[in-house]
Amino acid sequence: MDNLDLLWGGLQTAVTPEHLLYAAIGVLLGTFVGVLPGIGPAMAVALLIPVTFTLDPTSAFIMFAGIYYGGMYGGSTTSILLNTPGESASVMTAIEGNKMARKGRAAQALATAAIGSFVAGTVGTLLVAFFAPALADVAVEIGAPSYFAIMVLALVMTTTVLGSSPLRGYVGLFLGLSVGLVGLDLNTGQQRLTMGVPQLIDRIDIVVVAVGIFALGEALWVAAHLRRSPMRVTPVGRPWMGRDDWRRSWKPWLRGTAFGFPFGAIPAGGAEIPTFLSYATERRLSRNSDEFGHGAIEGVAGPEAANNASAAGMFVPMLALGLPVTATASVMLAALQGYGIQPGPQLMSDQSDLVWTLLASLLIGNAMLLVLNLPLAPLWARLLRIPRPQLYAGILFFACLGAYATNLDPFDVGLLVVFGLIGLMMRRFGIPVLPFILGVILGPLMESKLREALAISGGDFSVLLDEPLAIATYALIAVLVVARPVFAVINRKEHDETDRSHDEELVER
Amino acid sequence: MAPPPDETVGIDRAQYGLAALLAVVGAWTVYDASTLDVGFADPVGPRVFPYVIGTGMIVLAVLLAVATARGSRPEPEAGEDVDLTVSADWLTVTKLLGVLLFTVATMNLLGWAVSGALLFAGAAWVLGSRTVIRDVLVGAVLAVGSWYGFYVGLGIPLTPGILDGIL
Repeated sequence: MDNLDLLWGGLQTAVTPEHLLYAAIGVLLGTFVGVLPGIGPAMAVALLIPVTFTLDPTSAFIMFAGIYYGGMYGGSTTSILLNTPGESASVMTAIEGNKMARKGRAAQALATAAIGSFVAGTVGTLLVAFFAPALADVAVEIGAPSYFAIMVLALVMTTTVLGSSPLRGYVGLFLGLSVGLVGLDLNTGQQRLTMGVPQLIDRIDIVVVAVGIFALGEALWVAAHLRRSPMRVTPVGRPWMGRDDWRRSWKPWLRGTAFGFPFGAIPAGGAEIPTFLSYATERRLSRNSDEFGHGAIEGVAGPEAANNASAAGMFVPMLALGLPVTATASVMLAALQGYGIQPGPQLMSDQSDLVWTLLASLLIGNAMLLVLNLPLAPLWARLLRIPRPQLYAGILFFACLGAYATNLDPFDVGLLVVFGLIGLMMRRFGIPVLPFILGVILGPLMESKLREALAISGGDFSVLLDEPLAIATYALIAVLVVARPVFAVINRKEHDETDRSHDEELVER
Repeated sequence: MAPPPDETVGIDRAQYGLAALLAVVGAWTVYDASTLDVGFADPVGPRVFPYVIGTGMIVLAVLLAVATARGSRPEPEAGEDVDLTVSADWLTVTKLLGVLLFTVATMNLLGWAVSGALLFAGAAWVLGSRTVIRDVLVGAVLAVGSWYGFYVGLGIPLTPGILDGIL
């Protein structure tokens, strides 16, 4: 087993005291930031990038792995202990998890979430170790036209499949593509959309974009709609599970993993769909289905596993194709580029040590999360009581610090504020963030692939349809665009049905 | 989810503003591209992408304006600390932006340790905290701490500003 050998090698690199320390710091920082309300994993990674600036890439990525899984775990803690989920992927966890917490079973809810995350994360990472190299082997052969087509597919999928309004999805996408244009055109050395500002020639730092959109945008949006009444935080002791909880949890964990991983690997918006599918499945299969809606442990175990498995699945396209499919992956890729590492199909062979160490650290980070966070849960729960003015002031402080520290130029902080305003505007007008971020990252990449393809063909646009894979991809895009309205109808029906069953529940009571 | 009370009636007029903004950005992108020279041996050139993106923006702006006129309303983003049932408090947002811009403007002059502390205390105050002295202290600890953290831990010298020589 070649891959296992490589993973073993990665583990050996990762298990030095120094690297373990970085993993531990990453896990703790990630959980700390992830628990804070209003901060999701993507923002956690973006905010913490400056901390890794002077580390070597290996150490930095070990830390990232910890931050990423820590941020995911922190998010689920928040949604169980507060009734409002921070991101769409936690909606399902929040439903049952918070009901459990209110019934005094917060400890069990946190435990099944933590152990389920561990199971899903571990299985998911092992699957990445098998699929990513295989995909990269194939991907190295992919020509520029097919590459271009796949990127179009990623953008169309994230834009149309997700969200309630495709029009607003495309607005987000094109805004992002416009931002991606700013800077020097690499082929001709001319400036585009820079308004002559020298700091813009070098292209806009994706970290500044991400922190601006996520952190500042969120803080400004919260400022406009700050919840004046404090939320109820459920107190919690040390998480544990009884024999019955184990019996009811292990199957949902595995099923959730099976749902989550494939969805994480395709550009369909990460964990939103698989967590929903997992929840619906557990509800149907459970012998205690009448408990759903009142705190069923299966309804926490399944979606949480799906959430984390999709978080692992994200690494397949990211490592094998250099293609980010979630906001978090975009930020991580940006960090990679910051180290002068070019993402793409060659990454697995060029930087094989780094990749395998990263995968090994994902496993280690996952195990560390379990060991550290079960005992620390009561402490994390206390973070939820931080008064909101200080919390958001702190977020602004660290966001500005991060933007400033990248180049030591106040201009970057000004730019951060501009992107904060764009983030505010997007939240106000219901424009999804993911297409925007992917547009910023993939736009320039698409342009270079397109020009590469056409330079070879001498300007003949038919080259774009020269490869079977490209044609297949465009066919898939066409199907998706046509199928969207159909999906929407089905969705609406399902929603009506869930609404009705809710009504029925109310009537029964 | 119930829309905010001040926006329940009919058309969301602010969306026209967004549409106009998109159109302006799109038009500017197209104009900017038209000023570029096309290089040799580069059949696509630097213009094609901006043309496509700019045109797309203008089309989206028109579609958004039409959708707005037909009563399409945005679904504002929910969140843990976001209460969409109260009407938007743009005054607080403006004040917060003021604090941020003040930080940008004074960063080089005052240095990160001072600017950062003021940023924290100012933002907390704008967001409704009234424990001014504690906030300034916390801000000072954060700012000075991060200054030393970056200087000692990461080897990145943030501007000392007026505290040059003291820090």
